[in-house]
Amino acid sequence: MKILVVDDFSTMRRIIKNLLRDLGFTNTSEADDGNTALPMLKSGDFDFLVTDWNMPGMTGIELLKAVREDERLKDLPVLMVTAEAKRDQIVAAAQAGVNGYVVKPFTAAVLKEKIEKIFERVEG
Amino acid sequence: MAALELDDSNSEFDKQFTNMAKELLENLEKKDMAGAVTVIQELQKVRDQSLYNEIGRLTRALHESIKNFRLETANAESPEGGDSELEQASHRLSYVVDMTAKAANKTMDKVEESMPISENIAAEASEISQEWKRFLRKELKPDEFRELVKRVSNFLDQTDQGTKQLNANLSEILLAQDFQDLTGQVINRVTSLVVDVEKRLVNLVAMAGQVDQMTGIQHGEIKSDMAEKFNEERGEGPQMKAEEREDVVAGQDDVDDLLSSLGF
Repeated sequence: MKILVVDDFSTMRRIIKNLLRDLGFTNTSEADDGNTALPMLKSGDFDFLVTDWNMPGMTGIELLKAVREDERLKDLPVLMVTAEAKRDQIVAAAQAGVNGYVVKPFTAAVLKEKIEKIFERVEG
Repeated sequence: MAALELDDSNSEFDKQFTNMAKELLENLEKKDMAGAVTVIQELQKVRDQSLYNEIGRLTRALHESIKNFRLETANAESPEGGDSELEQASHRLSYVVDMTAKAANKTMDKVEESMPISENIAAEASEISQEWKRFLRKELKPDEFRELVKRVSNFLDQTDQGTKQLNANLSEILLAQDFQDLTGQVINRVTSLVVDVEKRLVNLVAMAGQVDQMTGIQHGEIKSDMAEKFNEERGEGPQMKAEEREDVVAGQDDVDDLLSSLGF
């Protein structure tokens, strides 16, 4: 299971990587915005994408749309972990094809639950 | 306060205008055309004169206001260098970002360092406990017992060292929270600058309003749709007063409800 964590704040990337490691996912890579993440996704064999929304350069929602438009990446499970909490934004993310949405600040239990739910649905 | 001065001078101008208008009306009623024309010329003069006066005064006030925005370079000898207050404010906010990042990283370093220590102690304690129960049930052979004694002895040493290290790490985590005090002070200073700048902006808007009134200029509505649309895609960061707002979710439960209503 290879996971890409995208957030412009290194501390948040580190927190998410730590939580993922506790959940047994040790193969993680990092990117600081969509522009860095997209080429990594296209050239690497990632199984899961965790992304923030608000980032300089390419935002998370733009990255999500780009992933869904890419023939090879369109089925990649995407979890959004973000401080964006407007209803319109959550609806927009759902319409763009997000698989899960976690609002910051979040707990380890919530992150775990959402990730497990996504894999249940992907595998089931 | 510049705004108060503006009101006063403007009412003086209004009064003169009203008086002359009355005089003009009287002249017209008396059919004194020459008198009426003179009043109109007077009126024109008063308007021009007060317009020039007002614009002169507003220009000075504007200049004063802009100076008060503290955009100008501060004393180059000062510790914060030759930056204006607004530049200093952005330096201070960068400092807050640096401090909080440093504290977060320090805390995570110490947590990552501590976890294996407590995991090792827990694992060893659990294994020794199994052996100890066997000993209590008199299932241990003498060789195994000697092995257990050695193991317990090692474990006590390991626990002693490990917990000392854990305590030291916890203290460092505690100390790493000192950023709250420092960043709090810095943010308070920047907040008071923002409040100050806002007051001055309100003053400027009032002045601009006076100029518009004197000259009869009207402005179209400034469209802010673009900014809104821009934000929607860019994201806005954490929402303030989320619990008072209808368009913002209050937490993860709200997100889950919203998504399940969309068929998630």
